[in-house]
Order: sequence, then C-alpha cells, then structure tokens
Amino acid sequence: MIEIKELKKSFGSLEVLKGINLMIPKGQSTGIVGPNGAGKTTLIKTILGLVKPDSGSIQVNETVLNGNWQYRRNIGYMPQVARYPENMRVHELLEFIKGLRNQPAQYETELIEQLHLGPELQKELRTLSGGNRQKVGATLAMMFNPDILFFDEPTAGLDPKSSQKFKERVQTEKENGKTIIITSHIMSELEQLVDHVIFILDGNVRYYGSTKNLLAESNEERLEGAIASMMEMA
Amino acid sequence: MITTFVQAQIIVSPNASITSIQAGIDQAAAGDTVVVYAGTYQENNIEITKPLVLMGIDRPVIDGNNEGTILVIRADSITVQGFEFRNTGRSYIRDYAAILIDQASDFIVKENHLYNVFFGIYLAETDRGKVQNNRIESYDRREASSGNGIHLWYVRNPEIIGNRVEGMRDGIYLEFAENARIHGNISSKNNRYGLHYMFSNGGTYYDNTFRENGAGVAVMYSEDVDMKNNLFEHNWGPSSYGLLLKDMRQSNIEGNRFYKNTVAIYSESSTNIQIKRNQIEQNGWAVNIKSSSARNYFTENNFIENSFDVRTDSPRNNNLFEGNYWSNYEGYDLDRNGTGDVPYRPVSLFSVIIEKQPESLILMRSMFIRLLDTAERIMPVLTPKTLYDEQPKMHRIQ
Amino acid sequence: MNSLLLHIAKNEWKSLLRGKWVVGYGLIFLLLTDSLLRFGGGGPEALLSLSNVMLLFIPLVGMIYGILYIYQSREFIELLLTQPIDRKVLFWGLFVGISTPLMLAFVIGSLLPLGWHGILIKGAAASAMVLGLGAVLTLIFVSLGFLFGLTFYDDRIKGFGFTIVVWLFLAILYDGLVLMLVFMFGHYPLERFVIAVSMLNPIDLARIMVMLEFDVSALMGYTGAVFNRFFGSNMGIIIASAMLTLWLAMPAWIGLRVFKKKDF
Repeated sequence: MIEIKELKKSFGSLEVLKGINLMIPKGQSTGIVGPNGAGKTTLIKTILGLVKPDSGSIQVNETVLNGNWQYRRNIGYMPQVARYPENMRVHELLEFIKGLRNQPAQYETELIEQLHLGPELQKELRTLSGGNRQKVGATLAMMFNPDILFFDEPTAGLDPKSSQKFKERVQTEKENGKTIIITSHIMSELEQLVDHVIFILDGNVRYYGSTKNLLAESNEERLEGAIASMMEMA
Repeated sequence: MITTFVQAQIIVSPNASITSIQAGIDQAAAGDTVVVYAGTYQENNIEITKPLVLMGIDRPVIDGNNEGTILVIRADSITVQGFEFRNTGRSYIRDYAAILIDQASDFIVKENHLYNVFFGIYLAETDRGKVQNNRIESYDRREASSGNGIHLWYVRNPEIIGNRVEGMRDGIYLEFAENARIHGNISSKNNRYGLHYMFSNGGTYYDNTFRENGAGVAVMYSEDVDMKNNLFEHNWGPSSYGLLLKDMRQSNIEGNRFYKNTVAIYSESSTNIQIKRNQIEQNGWAVNIKSSSARNYFTENNFIENSFDVRTDSPRNNNLFEGNYWSNYEGYDLDRNGTGDVPYRPVSLFSVIIEKQPESLILMRSMFIRLLDTAERIMPVLTPKTLYDEQPKMHRIQ
Repeated sequence: MNSLLLHIAKNEWKSLLRGKWVVGYGLIFLLLTDSLLRFGGGGPEALLSLSNVMLLFIPLVGMIYGILYIYQSREFIELLLTQPIDRKVLFWGLFVGISTPLMLAFVIGSLLPLGWHGILIKGAAASAMVLGLGAVLTLIFVSLGFLFGLTFYDDRIKGFGFTIVVWLFLAILYDGLVLMLVFMFGHYPLERFVIAVSMLNPIDLARIMVMLEFDVSALMGYTGAVFNRFFGSNMGIIIASAMLTLWLAMPAWIGLRVFKKKDF
C-alpha cells in the first residue's frame, strides 16, 4: 500500500510535483504514464527516498517516510539506466547486494534461469550488453521477493524474447499479489501488465483509474489512443 | 729535620695521625708525596707553596663548606690527582675556585671530580701546566652566579686534555692564553659558551665535543687558532651558535662536524679564515657571515640539509665559496666531472625575506617560497650577486 | 551498522584493487622514494623531498580521485540508495572504501623503500611523521573531492574546475597571500596572526609539522616569544595535530550532511 498526500517538489524554480495525491492499494499493478518531464521519475524517486519532498507525505505500508530506510526492505527497484562498477562480475554484484540487504534471495536461481543470466554470471559488468544489464537490474529488483516492485522503463533495452520472458515474470509476480508500479512509454506493454493507470502531466495527476474505465471513458480501443487523446486535451 | 733527597710519603687519613690535608702539606718537604686516603675533609684555602705531589687514594672528598677557594697552588711542579672537590664559596667580587693555580708552572691537575663549584680549575699567570681528565659539574642555572669550568687567564702553553665540563657558565674560558692545546674535552650544557676564546693566539683545539651549550662556542679577538675535528651540536637559541667567530684572523677550521645548531658558523669582522672539509649538517643556518668579514675561504665542506645555507647582511660579498657540496643544489653535471655546471647560490631569497620580516619564517618549505627561491636563483635581484660557489660538487666529499 | 559499512567498503576495495591504478599510484611512490634515497645520499633529506612531493600532489590526487569516484559511480550510488540501508552507513562505507586504498598505496609505497634503505630505523620518528601526514592528507582531500562531487553533482566541468582552483589556492596561492599580508602589516605584531592563518590551510598545517620535525634548529633562531613558545615546546605539535584532526572531520562531516539531504 502506498499513500501519497499533497506531495510537492521543486528543483530550484522548477516545480516538478505540484501536490500529488495518490492511494495505491496492495496488490494493484499500476502504470505511470505522461510526457517527458511530467514528473514520473521524480515521483518514483521520492517514494524510493532518493528525492526528499518539499512538503506532503508518503506512506509505504505502515511507514511514513521521513528519511528512514527500513521500509525499503519491502521494495524492489529496477532502474531505467543500469550502470554498475565496471570491473565487478555479475555474481559478485548479486552477492554484494545480498550482503547489503541481508534478506533471503529466494528467487535468485529462478530469475537467473528464467532470464538466461547463467552464462553472464562470471562476466565483468562492463562487458555486458545493455539488455543483459537490464536483466541484472530485474533480478536485483525481484530476487528478494519484495511486496512492492518498481520498474522504470523495464523493457527499453531488451530483445523481444527477453522482453517476453520479463513480462511473464511480472505477470507471475502480479498473480502472487505484489504491488507493481511501472513507467513505460510502450503503451501496448503497459496494457498487458497493468490494470490501473496514473497519468501525470505538469506535476499533477490528471487521471487515475483502471485501464478499463479509461478505455470506456475515452471511447478508445487501445490504451495508446486513450492516453494520446488525454495529452491532446491538455 | 735535615732535608734529604729521598722522596718521602706523608699519609693523611681520617684514621691516621695526620687528619688534615693542610697539615700533611705543611709537614711535607719539597718533592714529597702527600697521600690522602678516602674520607671527607672539611677544609678550604689549602695552600701548596712547594713542589710536591698531592695524591688522593679512592677519591677523598675535600668539602669547602661554601667558603672561599678550596686549594691554591703557588709553586712550580705540583701534581694534584684523584680528589673530589665540593662546595666552593660563591661571590660576585672574588673568583672562588675549587683549584686555583697562581703564578706557577709545570703543574699537573688530573682525574679530579669537581661538584657544586663556583669556578672549577682556575689558571692565573701560569706556564706549561696540564689539566687532564677532570670532571667538572655544577648546576647553577643563572649565568651571573656561575663561574667557568676551566678558566685560563694570562697563561702560556697550557694543555687542557680529556676533561668533561657540564653546567658551568663557560665550559673552558681562555683570556690571554698563548699556545693553548685543548684536546678531547667534552663541554656541554653550560649556561653560556662551551669554549670561550679571547685574545689567545696560536692555540689548537682538536677533537672536542661542544654540545647543548647556551650560546655554543665563541672564538674572539685571536689569531692563528687551529680548530680541527671537533663536534659542535645541538646549540639552540636565537643567540646560539655552533661556532661564533669575532675579530679572528689567520685561523683554520677543518674537519669539524656541525650538527643541528641554530647557526653552525657565525662570522663577524673575521678575516683570512680557512674553513675546509667540515660536515655542516641539519643546522638552521649553516653560515651567517656578516659583511665585515672578508677573505674567508670555504672549500670542500659538506652542506647537508640545512634549513638555510648562507645568510649575510649585505649585497656585497668579500668571501670565497668554492668546491663545496651543497645538498640543496639542483644543478646538473653534463660533462660528468663531479662538479656542477651551473654555480650554486647559497643565499636564498627566503633568507633575505626573513631578514626583513622574521614572521615569514612560518612559510618555510612552502611551494610558493620554493617558486620564489628558484626564480631568484635563476635571476638574482635581491640576493648577493657575487656570493656563489662556482664549482659545487655533485657528491658528498668523503 | 559496522558490518554493513565494512561490507560496502570491502566491495570498493575489491573493485579498486582490480582497477590497478591505485596499485600504480603506490608504485609511483615506491619508485620515487627509492630513487630519492638511492640518488640523494640516503639521509633524512630524502624524507624532506618526499614530504615536498607529498604536500604538493597528495591534495591534488586525493581531490581528483574523490570527485572522479562520485562522477563515475552516480548510477551505482543511486542503485545503492534504493536498497534498504541508511544513507549515513552508505556514505561512510563508500568513503572508507575508496579513501583507505589510496592512503595505503601511499603509505606502503613509501614505507617499503624507507624500510630497505634503513631510514625507518634511523629516522623512525621522522618517517612516521611524514607517512602519517601523507595518510591524513589523503583522507582530508579525498573527502573534499567527495564533497565537491556531491555539490557539483550534475556539472562535472564546474566540479573539476573548482577542484583545480581549490588546489592551486591551498597549495600555492595561499602562502603567497600570507606573505603579502606579512609585508603589508609588517610593523604590527604578526606572530599570532600568521600562526592562526596557517592553521586554516591543511597543507600549511602538514607543512608546519614537517618543519617542526626538520627545521627546529632554524625555528629556534627566531626571537619572537609566541613563535618560540609555539615551535619550542610540544604546543606546536599538539595544536597542529588538533587542527589537522578537525580538518579530517570537517569536510567528511559536511559531505555526510550534503549526502543525507541530497536529491539523487
């Protein structure tokens, strides 16, 4: 469960979040969409504690955020651009993060198998392709079986096969009752993975509801059209 | 009694019939030996007026009870050996000493220990005397109320050899001493000078150690003094010098080691001094030479890691530096003949700056100062243009 | 908390050792110290030359190294920040992890030649002083580099430019300014002033400590009472060490505060 109240954040004179109110219940899978610079990444970073809000409050499960860190035990995050220390090997990175989190990595082997990371484990991270780095990111996000999962443009660098594998995996997580939050520019992909959409524009939530409702309201067949028409209206 | 030519022995001991040293001396004839056994003798102003040997066995103690001089020698050919002298009188008017040798010649004072004395061994108008292997220690920290360890006044041909002097005003003091031979002494922790040479021509001092003296060693108003193989070390303070030369002429300073002194060699109004093959190491200033000094010749010395090499008070230079090794030299030797191809300028700009603004001392060794110094060495503006070593050695001189 | 800190630091150690250039940095000091001793007569002057190099280059290398680390590891640091760990622990883990190898590279690189040339025994106190100062300077300037990296997080050109300017200022210009002030106000009593001003620059502090070790005999030639008390007793060493400790703590502490408040 994530609850956000009147969240505001500016960088210098630039207001990025202008009073966001959101309630994302447990087990919901949600897509965050919006044009570039709308505030999607800032919103996620604020929930993750990377960015400190100017005002407003965020509650994750039972914890109200105030610079604390324990709540992140329940969060897995896959970044958009995954860059790691160059001369580190993949398995070392996994070991390092395991040591850091000190939680059982119950899905480690399963994810490695599913995403075909096995042959990459002994390689140094700098030699990895962008897609394989993304897979490492996905593994790190999911291997500790956290309740809440954030994916930031997850399939951007993945080949179609891996992308398919990844989506299957997310589907499984969804079925296991995980709260899932995805930002993506690929609407077709979102359509497969989420059942709720948050549309952010200029630091405000313009739409928050189920994809079904959105499609119904906007008389569109596909999410892509629905969002596009919303952008035009704005 | 009839005087015989046979040397007799007179015994003085607390348990013998003669219990006073003066009584023993009085009973002895010229040429006799007065043997004094261990014990403490409370006596002062003991006088010897005939040639004899005064010999202490197991170091008897003569305690002067803080009154006057303890022993006075007033005849030739007297030997005093093996005693401990304690507690002379102290006075602002009279120079009380443990042993005073007054107008005598051919004496030997050796292997005595002197503690808590005003003056130690005092030679006045003597000739050919020997002061050897004595130990003098006194710890009155005030310069005015302490006297000199070995004091020579109007003396000819003295030999001062192997003595240790500590905590006096001057360790060894010479005034109008001719042909003094001062060899192998250790003079340390004295309130003023370890060795103080005044108006004393033609002497030699070799193999001595002068350590931690308030003002180091001063050699003044003399000529033909030969100073060799001495060690001058740890003489620290604003007016402390390894060796201070003032109004010296025609002398020779060779093979000495100057180590960790505030100023190793200070020279004022001194001329024709040859300073050769000395080790001048880790001093604040290796040489401070006043412009009143002229025709002094520094050669084959090792100047090693001194904070400053040479300091002077004038842009003119009347002395010659040639063929020394300077560890601060940064030149090169392309023809590989062991001599640097560019001259070394031992007066740094920084030492001129310090002369003007002493507080800038705190900037020593800073990068900025090093840049200034390097620039000045290439294009001298403020440092003496003619003070340089044209043949700086590339390696230490052995 | 401490085991986590160590876990993070260990990861950096492994990675830096593999990067080899910290090893190269240590080798440079090894070669430098060895040749200084080999060609410089093998006496204490080698330690002095070493300290001259150290006073000039450790601050520059330390700062560049610190800021470069921040710039190269941005995404990794951000990834770590999304993990359930305290920012404070992460900061110290990274700082300890990257500063200690650089420090050890200097210490070991210089220590070995000092050892096989016998200086460690002959001049134990002076060696310990020079090595210790190099170590402390490394820590101070890596943390300054860290701080600048965090402050100019999004503008590398500015960050590097600022670092170079700070280095030029502290290593060279600062002393020029002090000298200028000394000459401008020459007729006032300045001893306290110049001591105080020198205490504000960590490079000057380290230099003064080197001076206290190697130039006491010259310092004793100064007649001023304040200098004499400062240089002639243990007071100089004690005050300088205290100030250096403060310098050790301050940039790191400010860096931590910036790190804790920063939006990544």
